[in-house]
Amino acid sequence: MSWEWGIIWQYLPKLMDGAVLTLELVFVSGVIGIFMAVPLALMRASENTWLRSLPVAYIFFFRGTPLLVQIFLIYYGASQFDVVKQSWLWPILREPYWCAIIAFSLNTAAYSAELIRGAIQAIPKGEIEVSKALGMSKPTMVRRIVMPRAFGIVFPAYSNELLLMLKGSALASTITLLDLTGMARTIIARTYTPLEMFFAAGMVYLLIAAVMIGCFKLLEQRINRHQYFKPDNAQ
Amino acid sequence: MDLQGFGHLLLSGAWMTIQLALASLVIGLIIGLLGATAKLSHNRIARGIATTYTTVVRGVPELLLVLTIYFGGSQILMWIAGYFGYDDYIEVGPFAAGVAALAIAFGAYATEVFRMAMLEIPKGQWESAQAIGMTRIQTFFRIILPQLWRFSLPGLGNLFQVLLKDTALVSVVGLNELMRQAAVGAANTKQPFDFYLAAAILYLGLTLIATFVTTYLERRSKPEMYKKVAISGGNA
Repeated sequence: MSWEWGIIWQYLPKLMDGAVLTLELVFVSGVIGIFMAVPLALMRASENTWLRSLPVAYIFFFRGTPLLVQIFLIYYGASQFDVVKQSWLWPILREPYWCAIIAFSLNTAAYSAELIRGAIQAIPKGEIEVSKALGMSKPTMVRRIVMPRAFGIVFPAYSNELLLMLKGSALASTITLLDLTGMARTIIARTYTPLEMFFAAGMVYLLIAAVMIGCFKLLEQRINRHQYFKPDNAQ
Repeated sequence: MDLQGFGHLLLSGAWMTIQLALASLVIGLIIGLLGATAKLSHNRIARGIATTYTTVVRGVPELLLVLTIYFGGSQILMWIAGYFGYDDYIEVGPFAAGVAALAIAFGAYATEVFRMAMLEIPKGQWESAQAIGMTRIQTFFRIILPQLWRFSLPGLGNLFQVLLKDTALVSVVGLNELMRQAAVGAANTKQPFDFYLAAAILYLGLTLIATFVTTYLERRSKPEMYKKVAISGGNA
């Protein structure tokens, strides 16, 4: 077996271009996903059965089917309907980039909503009762007590979800996007060095994951600083 | 939804998906057990290998694993075989590559689940087994393994759901499983939405069945939590 380091160095700039797209996909769909997830989670945690059933169905569908199916449903599936093709949506749904963003956002919204719901329900009952006793209205309570507390509780699990999204973003390469995996595949088609290129791409993924984990640790210590607080016993 | 006679194709694909998932599950469980044993062993090299394995595999996309093993697997195998004096071409088919990749991915997460489960079993049990004269291997198979099953079932159930969904990735290297057959149907009928939706529904069905089986197994593994046991006169 011949292993060529040279080819990795030669194509590293191209792989980095791919890595930038990967990060972009994760970041953009992460932000959209979280904005969708919060209302979904609040509805999911509500006591009204009708209000609850919509997010339940949504979460069930997106967590029960492979991400690949969801991407193909949006990217290939949308073209089946002439109505869609003639509408203002078509310029967006025609682009693999936006299809990937839509699919990833919908997918991560379902997973995050479930995580946030778990966090909302993990808030100690007493804190809710206290805020009611203080006379807070429901929106105020959600904004000042429920969301900040849920955010702190959910953060470790949510950072895990972001890492899973990083890995899931590789599926963008199946709809012709040149993300890190897609770029590696394109280079391999030209040079036929699958092991070298996939190895290099894998290392870049590991590097990104390591940096993300490091950032999450710092953020976690900042967000949940009450748990890390050590009283100063110097005297 | 009119599948125009491609329905049986989807079903045969679903069957292939099930086979793929179960084969990967079995191999992945073995890898996970070995990995957990290595991670908890006193041997520094074994621990190092297991830690590297779980860190790398959990940080790399499953799709990349599938592609690497499918396109690079024969190169690796031929390189290894070359050491044993075998120089013919070895081909790695899509099914073998898929099982290998999914089992490696599943094994990395299963390693962690098994490790946590092993830590939950009190050390005293190892000691008492030793005290009544069991060897370490006997202890593992008679005392530890049956309890490991109970502690790790919930975690493994979740991992199997992930595995089931990851089987769709193997369609990328041309295995005729559910996703690929849906693509075939979509291309032939020009109705991609219908076919991918049908595939999605079949996947939902499969994950539902997996959930039921896991719940059933969990109940069976913890009868004391679910069954009302007659206190007097019942034989266990």
